Amino acid sequence: MALLEIRNVTRRFGDFAAVDDVSLAIEAGEFFTLLGPSGCGKTTLLRMIAGFDLPDGGAIVLDGKDLAGDPPERRPVRTVFQSYALFPHMTVAGNVAFPLKMAKVGGAETDRQVWAALEGVQLAGKADRYPHELSGGQKQRVAIARALVTKPRVLLLDEPLAALDAKLREQLQLELINLQKDVGITFVYVTHDQTEALALSHRIAVMNHGRVEQLDEPSRIYGFPRTRFVADFIGHCNLFDGVVAASAPSGGGSLVDLDVAGLGRIRTLTQASVPAGSKGSVAVRPEKVRISSSVTQGADDNHCAGHIRDFLYMGDVTMYVVEATGGQRVEALLANSEAGRTKFFEAGDAVEAAWRFDAGHFIPG
Amino acid sequence: MRWKPRGGSMPGTSSPAEGAGVSASGARHPSWQARDRGTGRWLVSGPPLAYLLVFFAIPALIMVVASFTPPGEYGGLAPLFEDGKANLTLEAYERLAGDPIYWEVFAKSVVYAGITTLCCLVLAYPLAMLVARSPRKYRDLLMLLVILPFWSNFLIRVYAWMIILGPQSALSRAVNAVVEPLGFEPVSLLFSSFAVLVGLVYVHLPFMVLPLYANLEKHDPALLDAAQDLGANAWQRFWRVTFPLSLPGVWAGAALVFIPALGIFAIPDILGGTEDTLIGNLIKQQFLETRDWPFGSVLSIVLTAIALALAGLAAWVSRPRRTA
Ligand SMILES: Nc1ncnc2c1ncn2[C@@H]1O[C@H](COP(=O)(O)OP(=O)(O)OP(=O)(O)O)[C@@H](O)[C@H]1O
Ligand SMILES: [Mg+2]
Repeated sequence: MALLEIRNVTRRFGDFAAVDDVSLAIEAGEFFTLLGPSGCGKTTLLRMIAGFDLPDGGAIVLDGKDLAGDPPERRPVRTVFQSYALFPHMTVAGNVAFPLKMAKVGGAETDRQVWAALEGVQLAGKADRYPHELSGGQKQRVAIARALVTKPRVLLLDEPLAALDAKLREQLQLELINLQKDVGITFVYVTHDQTEALALSHRIAVMNHGRVEQLDEPSRIYGFPRTRFVADFIGHCNLFDGVVAASAPSGGGSLVDLDVAGLGRIRTLTQASVPAGSKGSVAVRPEKVRISSSVTQGADDNHCAGHIRDFLYMGDVTMYVVEATGGQRVEALLANSEAGRTKFFEAGDAVEAAWRFDAGHFIPG
Repeated sequence: MRWKPRGGSMPGTSSPAEGAGVSASGARHPSWQARDRGTGRWLVSGPPLAYLLVFFAIPALIMVVASFTPPGEYGGLAPLFEDGKANLTLEAYERLAGDPIYWEVFAKSVVYAGITTLCCLVLAYPLAMLVARSPRKYRDLLMLLVILPFWSNFLIRVYAWMIILGPQSALSRAVNAVVEPLGFEPVSLLFSSFAVLVGLVYVHLPFMVLPLYANLEKHDPALLDAAQDLGANAWQRFWRVTFPLSLPGVWAGAALVFIPALGIFAIPDILGGTEDTLIGNLIKQQFLETRDWPFGSVLSIVLTAIALALAGLAAWVSRPRRTA
């Protein structure tokens, strides 16, 4: 049985459903992420798990027990707030000791556990500092130590790294992964940053408009987005809309030929069977698209001719926008380190773009 | 597609004109600004400083001098120089030191001011908290209501209490209707220490509410969420988070109530009985009735010294400390 179950939870503000019939089962020891754009209801869902808000419908069940009657202070759940919410009038040690004092843990035991918790986030040397004497990253670590010191069943983290700069964020991401592995506590992590979600999580629930669009492992979320929204939200993705011309069963799924305006006929794969004449899109990640000045077409390739319209140099990679002869735009991401790479394309260069049929993925609708 | 190309310009090719612009503005360090800043500061803070000097420091000095001067023949002060030498005496100080009755009045005033401060704190805290936690759009209106009494005259408000506490008032009658059947003497609410304290608390309450509100309103609500999340119940959230964080507001309010309450004379005059003479009344008497200015000055100076000493004590008690 799952540790934390969200069963058909709905939360309305007036007519507007901020969380709309969400069901999730989060396993013990899992690093679970709620990912979605601003306003999709992530914080609202998290606050209901913590107990600061109550669902209008559905139930939140921890260890088989409905939490509806428990106020936040009685739930074995801790939150790391985006603003850290450290008590400014207490030292680092005082902050970490706070939940232990509330739980009426004895003095010597409190000291021992505070020290261990601070040790766990490499802050033992800062025990006597006040929050205003710490850097952003250190504050974040104190907030995490404070939330973990009483060994909660679930740790909720609401965009804990959003206020930090990119370098520090990366470092803390690694620390979070290791910390979660060490303590073995279930993390429910909220973010709108897809790379962060992909890097940290065991599983990701992609949310939009209060609903879960897709719940999967990071590699499947990235590789096989189930809806247009997920494909578009997670990383960059080419989405070619068209009408199914033909569909043939192949392996577990089907081979689909799609007529795409401005691009021609595109072949792709799908898990389900798709009737001819139905509408849908092909999702192709830009890094799966090759471009070159000469034709390098293989038998399994989708292929189009066009010219470079724009490009964006990003150091390790360059993103090219190819405008096909028919007018459709195709994004291609090329690693600048690629072996044999001798030439950067310039805007206006005539190129050929190609990708294997199994690099794409069919999204109905 | 989310990715928006921003044109095909490669990095590291910023135009030379841009680079030149940066260094040019960096080199032009305006030295005249540094020179003029001092002058500007004096122009701005000069008038208030002069005001304080003329209307606070100089009168205080005059009082110190007056306290060492013998009283004049017809009240006021004797001339400072007589027969070519300074005419100074410690008489007034000796009189104060020699008579415990004055110290009792000082002590009583400190006690009254202290009780007033405590009552104001207990009454103002929930009020300030209520306002600070009500929806933002109502807060200004609610604070306006708190200071609304200031719009009417101070004496009128105190006289209103004479009516409320007077023997014919509904309140007096109600109290006596309870007290008399129990076999007690009928009580007089007016002209009593009770009336004085009621008046003192009433008049000073807004001075406690304002700094408390200003402090509480700035508290980050996330801290209370965090405390609750970490297992603190409502009581613990108040005593471990809200109250310690509000201490600067508490001290500010206490000072704003205690110090004026210590020297006030109008309220004991109007609402108090014969035994409710406070130090403010005594000082007023020395200046206006007995016209013993030197002794009045001594009492004032000692009053100021007591207030300063207590403020220093409060500052020491509330000094920042490194505690867990
Ligand atoms: N107390 C409230 N009253 C009315 N509407 C609310 C309330 N709280 C949240 N909402 C609305 O519910 C929606 C979801 O809010 P929520 O804070 O959960 O978003 P989020 O996914 O956390 O977004 P972000 O990434 O910006 O933090 C938003 O449209 C928000 O305006
Ligand atoms: Mg949020």
